[in-house]
Amino acid sequence: MEKFTTLQSRAIPLQIENVDTDQIIPARFLKATDRKGFGDNVFRDWRYHKDGSPNSDFVLNNSKYSGSILVAGDNFGCGSSREHAAWAITDFGFKVVVSSFFADIFKGNALNNGLLPVQVSETFLKTLLTQIENYPETTIEVNLESQTISVKGLDISAHFDIDSYKKTCMINGYDDIDYLVNNIKLIEAFEAEKTY
Amino acid sequence: MSKTLFDKVWDSHVVNTIENGPQILYIDKHLIHEVTSPQAFNELEERGIPVLRPDQIVATADHNTPTQNQDQPIKDEFSRKQLEQLSENCKKNDITLYELGHKYNGIVHVMAPELGVTQPGITMVCGDSHTSTHGAFGAIAFGIGTSQVAQVFASQCLLLTKPKSLRVTVNGNLKNGVLPKDVILYIIAKLGTNSGTGYFCEYAGNVFEDMSMEGRMTVCNMSIEMGARGGMIAPDQTTFDYVQGREFAPKGEDFKKKVAYWKTLPTDTDAQFDKEYHFDAQYIEPMVTYGTNPGMGIKISETIPEVSDASFEKSLKYMNFKKGESLINKPINFVFIGSCTNSRIEDFRVAANYIKGKQKADNVTAWLVPGSKQVEAQIIEEGLKTVFEDAGFELRQPGCSACLAMNDDKIPQGEYCVSTSNRNFEGRQGQGSRTILASPLVAAATAVEGKIIDITKQLN
Repeated sequence: MEKFTTLQSRAIPLQIENVDTDQIIPARFLKATDRKGFGDNVFRDWRYHKDGSPNSDFVLNNSKYSGSILVAGDNFGCGSSREHAAWAITDFGFKVVVSSFFADIFKGNALNNGLLPVQVSETFLKTLLTQIENYPETTIEVNLESQTISVKGLDISAHFDIDSYKKTCMINGYDDIDYLVNNIKLIEAFEAEKTY
Repeated sequence: MSKTLFDKVWDSHVVNTIENGPQILYIDKHLIHEVTSPQAFNELEERGIPVLRPDQIVATADHNTPTQNQDQPIKDEFSRKQLEQLSENCKKNDITLYELGHKYNGIVHVMAPELGVTQPGITMVCGDSHTSTHGAFGAIAFGIGTSQVAQVFASQCLLLTKPKSLRVTVNGNLKNGVLPKDVILYIIAKLGTNSGTGYFCEYAGNVFEDMSMEGRMTVCNMSIEMGARGGMIAPDQTTFDYVQGREFAPKGEDFKKKVAYWKTLPTDTDAQFDKEYHFDAQYIEPMVTYGTNPGMGIKISETIPEVSDASFEKSLKYMNFKKGESLINKPINFVFIGSCTNSRIEDFRVAANYIKGKQKADNVTAWLVPGSKQVEAQIIEEGLKTVFEDAGFELRQPGCSACLAMNDDKIPQGEYCVSTSNRNFEGRQGQGSRTILASPLVAAATAVEGKIIDITKQLN
């Protein structure tokens, strides 16, 4: 897994609530057997019309906005457990997703792929979205060590929570398999003694 | 200390706790399918890690399989390759696979309970969010991502933080024609799609106690649609009777011992939940959804609420519905009875009972897709297939089918589909398709009438 410490980038505002994983990557693209290439189809049915032409109304097609931070509406990533959604977002080039609420499974999948979910208050999210929409050149800084997200040059910042174990994993690029495999003896002992 | 059902099962599976971090949770059963497992097998292979407990894994092919001509080679190259890879991976790693055409093949959340793989008091995972279904047995069951599939392959464990607890209690008498699907759609409509996020939900009250195991599975299945990682119902005599005698269920003395243990699992009377909701069964009616998430549901006789909100309006625009509008008399050209929510024998009995002696409306394309080969066999055995065919319905072969439309069972652009599945997201049943979630009874009535009708008028 890629390490994550800090990131300074412009951001793309996605003013939609309840973005489900079927929108992030529609089921018809789940036939691949590796993890690569899903970025081409991220938000496919919002980005493109059925005839394959780009939908100019969709924010990812708006050249005003760019960057590796996606700022999205409440309850991001709900629905299916498909990790393809996290793969599609990272493959497209995002390293951070900001929202006021994340669905559980998506959040876990993101953390397992070096994609940092930054959960902020609804008020802060609104401020951030307004700032980016009015000033697309705005630079956002995300610092995992200090658990802060801030707008560069302005007095707009917030603290975000992250499980301390997951934080260590992200900073060092470790994943859960490493940890679990190192604990096989403990797991085998549990199996030998389990009471249920 | 008093414990909830969830606490009892969770606590008995904790291998270790990391200081200021998650716990190592032991997983008893791991279900896999073709779509979310290949990358996990690849990862293990790349890292040279073996599958630790192949005998605790059960595999099936369901998401990406055709529902016609299953005996013939699959036409779609990518789908075929994905199924071939599943077979290869299972063979290489000594994992039991019920592949396409096998008498035990079916949707993972239908076939595992049928085979007795699902049992009270165990932990179960699958790379599919509707794994919550198995909570109907008093198991902790939840969906995981592919990285976690790899973790379970490697260690039979997951690193998790214990979720908070939520209890939804429904007491009272359900009205005639109100099915388990209506109960869960009602709960989600009341609580919203993220009310359960961060929680594991227990369903309690006489409404769930009186339900069959199949009804309980329908309810627990949709827990994820309110954001809860899983749902659970306390195991009782209904549960024990269902499990007894199934292929992988404990037998003889072993079964008796298990039952004695399972009886200790229900929530202690004075146990505390982090959040509680109570509903009265008499207010629940047959439900339909009008929007693009499962929380956007109304009683079939109600009108679409007047809400001023950009996401709400975007959703109605997609569905081509208006605020204040009723769905009664909306012409419907597609009906789907199937999915891990409603593709068990009782669902087809409900549909057949309504359809018997009637004819499908000419404008309707109706797909009836059993959840498993065993359900399919039972439909034939009980004579339901004849009822369906006499009425002009098409009974297809088992699979996830039009619930997520990975195969050819797609609803065309702009068309409405009254569907017994679990998600009405944009394009879920095919690009541009518009899904209206409902019970098998409402779906059957829609197919016969060619439009949505107020089923309550026929029932009362």
